[in-house]
Amino acid sequence: MKDFRYLEGVTTLDLKEEKCIGCGACETVCPHGVFKMENKKAVMVDKDGCMECGACALNCPASAIQVTPGVGCAAYIIQTWVKGKEAASCGGEKAACC
Amino acid sequence: MKENSCCDAGTGTCSSGIQIQPAFPKITEDEVCCGPPAGPPSSPFERPGYRICGFVDNFIELKSGRIPRVKSVLSISDLAGTVMTRIGINRNNYKVAPGLYGIGNPDPDSPVLVTANYKLSFDNVRKELKYTDAWLLVLDTRGINVWCAAGKGTFGTEEVVRSVKAAGLDTIVSHRNLILPQLGATGVSARQVKKECGFQVAWGPIRAADIEKFLNSGMKADQTMRRVTFTAMERLVLIPVEISISLKPMLWIVLVVFILSGIGPDFFSVKAAWTRSLMGVAALAGGVFAGAVLTPAFLPKIPGRAFSIKGAITGILTAAGILLWYRQDAGLLELSALLLFTMAVSSFLAMNFTGTTPFTSPTGVEKEMRRAIPVQIAAVVLAGFAWIGAGFSG
Repeated sequence: MKDFRYLEGVTTLDLKEEKCIGCGACETVCPHGVFKMENKKAVMVDKDGCMECGACALNCPASAIQVTPGVGCAAYIIQTWVKGKEAASCGGEKAACC
Repeated sequence: MKENSCCDAGTGTCSSGIQIQPAFPKITEDEVCCGPPAGPPSSPFERPGYRICGFVDNFIELKSGRIPRVKSVLSISDLAGTVMTRIGINRNNYKVAPGLYGIGNPDPDSPVLVTANYKLSFDNVRKELKYTDAWLLVLDTRGINVWCAAGKGTFGTEEVVRSVKAAGLDTIVSHRNLILPQLGATGVSARQVKKECGFQVAWGPIRAADIEKFLNSGMKADQTMRRVTFTAMERLVLIPVEISISLKPMLWIVLVVFILSGIGPDFFSVKAAWTRSLMGVAALAGGVFAGAVLTPAFLPKIPGRAFSIKGAITGILTAAGILLWYRQDAGLLELSALLLFTMAVSSFLAMNFTGTTPFTSPTGVEKEMRRAIPVQIAAVVLAGFAWIGAGFSG
């Protein structure tokens, strides 16, 4: 988003241009306009706008996009540090958030 | 008029060829031998163990079964439910039954819109479909909204496929198209859905308010329909929940503040605990206000990219007010403790708000946390020592 910027240079988003077949799915599904189709190939026009939601990677038919999506919830991240990834819970009746 | 006579008769067919059955029969005036007339008979659609939801208008009778037609206007009870869930009451169990619903007068050519079974999502979609005939396929996202569920995988490829098959959608519509909210793309692979159930996913707009425009323009979405926003109103509605999830931890902190406030030369003084903990609680409340209210409200205006920094800034401003208020009652050591405490609480809560925003990446949040949490802990520990120390010297 133009008005809302977060930290720069942190996203794990990676686009392998040579694999791109130009279908445009990434441009359609990205909620922040990170991708734009130029000359029948996807180009990352705003890489720092990426929030790692994973929609692009999941919908790329050529597996040209990689990103490690995750929960951006501080409480959950603390749990993974303290309890380890398996034991950290996100959800269930006692969960404070989701 | 033709529609009304269908409904009254209860057995007629209407213009679309689909039978309309009212959910509840008209009140009749049965004669009774004594006392006031008996009440109306139960709806023929009620089933033992099931209750008909208030948002159901009537039922569409198909060969394969009965599909509830939902209202496109929200009731007082729907609005009350929205308020409750926004405050944080019954938030984890605010759902509708997953499955197929209809809105307007859907027929085999009508579009299929897919959404989550969180009732707020369901209400947000149906209230925007005042002039549309459509089928509404509600996925079992365990009562979670579309985007969060997509992130968790419950608004996912498998659930779409399962729902399509469970509803027998291929016998209800003649086309093979599904319209999914764009934010569902985080959990749904359109290609995989087509492979597994034969239905083609089209990505609809992000906001339900744009659905009718999207459908009427021939399924075209302009750029604003495909971009997520975070307006002031969108931020403000998130504040009550941020506060309500802080309440329980706050109670424990108040207890700790009370105990620390009483420690002094007489081992523990209840009088000191009482007077001093009031200041500590004010600092806590100030920190919560700065981190969970001011920071979300003024988010884009507050300097700093990291939310922990934004929270520290609103924390300082709020602490300034608290320090001014207590400048006669507290010594320098205590005032410093209050400042550190307010800032740390505000910074932590602001950092937590990253999980509620639509533009922070998990990698960025983790980086921010690794830097901020040690500082927040240090500030609180320092504040604690200063507070106890002041109990002996003050």
